[in-house]
Amino acid sequence: MADELPAEIQSWIGKERYHEEGEFPVEMGYVWTTCSSVENGNPIFWDEAVADEITDGPIAMPTMISLWFRPHHWAPGRSHTVQPLQVHFDLKDRLGLPEAVMTDNTIVFGEPVRPGDRLKTCQILHSVSEPKTTKLGAGRFWEIEVRYTNQKGELVGAEHYTGFGYKRDA
Amino acid sequence: MSDYAQLALSEVEAGQDLPDLSYDVSATTVVLGAMASRDWRPMHHDHDFAVNRNGVQDIFLNTPNQAAWFERYLTDWTGPKGRLGRIKFRMKTSVFPGDTMVFRGRVENVSTDDTGCGWVDVAVDLKVGDRVTTTCEARVALPTAADDNPWRRKGDDWRP
Repeated sequence: MADELPAEIQSWIGKERYHEEGEFPVEMGYVWTTCSSVENGNPIFWDEAVADEITDGPIAMPTMISLWFRPHHWAPGRSHTVQPLQVHFDLKDRLGLPEAVMTDNTIVFGEPVRPGDRLKTCQILHSVSEPKTTKLGAGRFWEIEVRYTNQKGELVGAEHYTGFGYKRDA
Repeated sequence: MSDYAQLALSEVEAGQDLPDLSYDVSATTVVLGAMASRDWRPMHHDHDFAVNRNGVQDIFLNTPNQAAWFERYLTDWTGPKGRLGRIKFRMKTSVFPGDTMVFRGRVENVSTDDTGCGWVDVAVDLKVGDRVTTTCEARVALPTAADDNPWRRKGDDWRP
C-alpha cells in the first residue's frame, strides 16, 4: 500500500458531502420495533400520557438517529444507492481495502426526533491515518462525522465514527 | 401525573454501581436488531457470509443495535426523564448468537453545568464471560428537582 494519501481523498477532508434527506418521515412503527429488539420498556415510547407529560408527545429512541437514512433494500427504478456512510465506502473503494470495521462511535444528541419529522444529513471526513497493520490485516483508520438536522434546521444529533479499512492477510 | 420510577441527581454519587443487565443472545436477537435498524448488510443475517467473507465465527450484533442496547440499559436505571446527552462506545470484539451479554455500569462523575442541568457520566462494560466486547462512556441528564425535566431543555440550555 502506498503511504501517500491520494489527492482526491485529501480534498474530501473537512468538506460537507452527501447532503441527503431521509427516504421517509420518522414513524413510530420503527420506534416500537427497535424498542422491542432490545426489550426497552421506557414509557415515553409506549405510553402516550407519559410522552405528553415528559417529552411533549411521542419521540424516537435517540440512538435510532442513523436509522432514518438507511435506504430501502430495494426501490422501483433505482439504479444505485447512496450508502448511509458513503464516505466510508468511498474510502474502501479508492484505497482498495475490501473489508472494514467500525472501531469507535460517538453520538451526541440534540433536539428530540419526533414522528413526522423529515430529517436531513451530511457526511464529513475528518482524518485518514497512515497505513497501519492490525491483527485483522493491513489498512488505514479514518474518522467520519455524520450530522443530522430536522425540517426546522435544528441539530438533532451528530455521529462520529472511527473506521478501519483493511485487506485480510493472504 | 403518570406512575413511573424516576431517579434524581441527588440520589447518585460517583463510584455507584448500576444494576447489571444480563441477556442471552440468539440469532433472532442479531437479525431482529439488524432489521429494526434497517441494516441489511449480510454479516448481520447471513452466517456463511460472516464466516467465509468476514472471517468471524458467526453473524454478529450491529453497531446501531448495540447503541440501542446501551440506551435501554441506561434509561432502565434513570427512568423516563433521564435524557441521553452523548454516548461513546468502542467495540473490541463482536457479540454472537449463543453469547450471554452482561451490561455493567458505574457512575464516574456527577455534575451540574452553568445552565443548571444535572449530568451523570457513566462507564459501561458489555461483557461476554470474561471478555469485554464493548466499552461505553455515556453522559446522561437527570432531574435536579421534582419539577425539573431535562427533556424541556432546548438551544443553549442543552449542552451535551
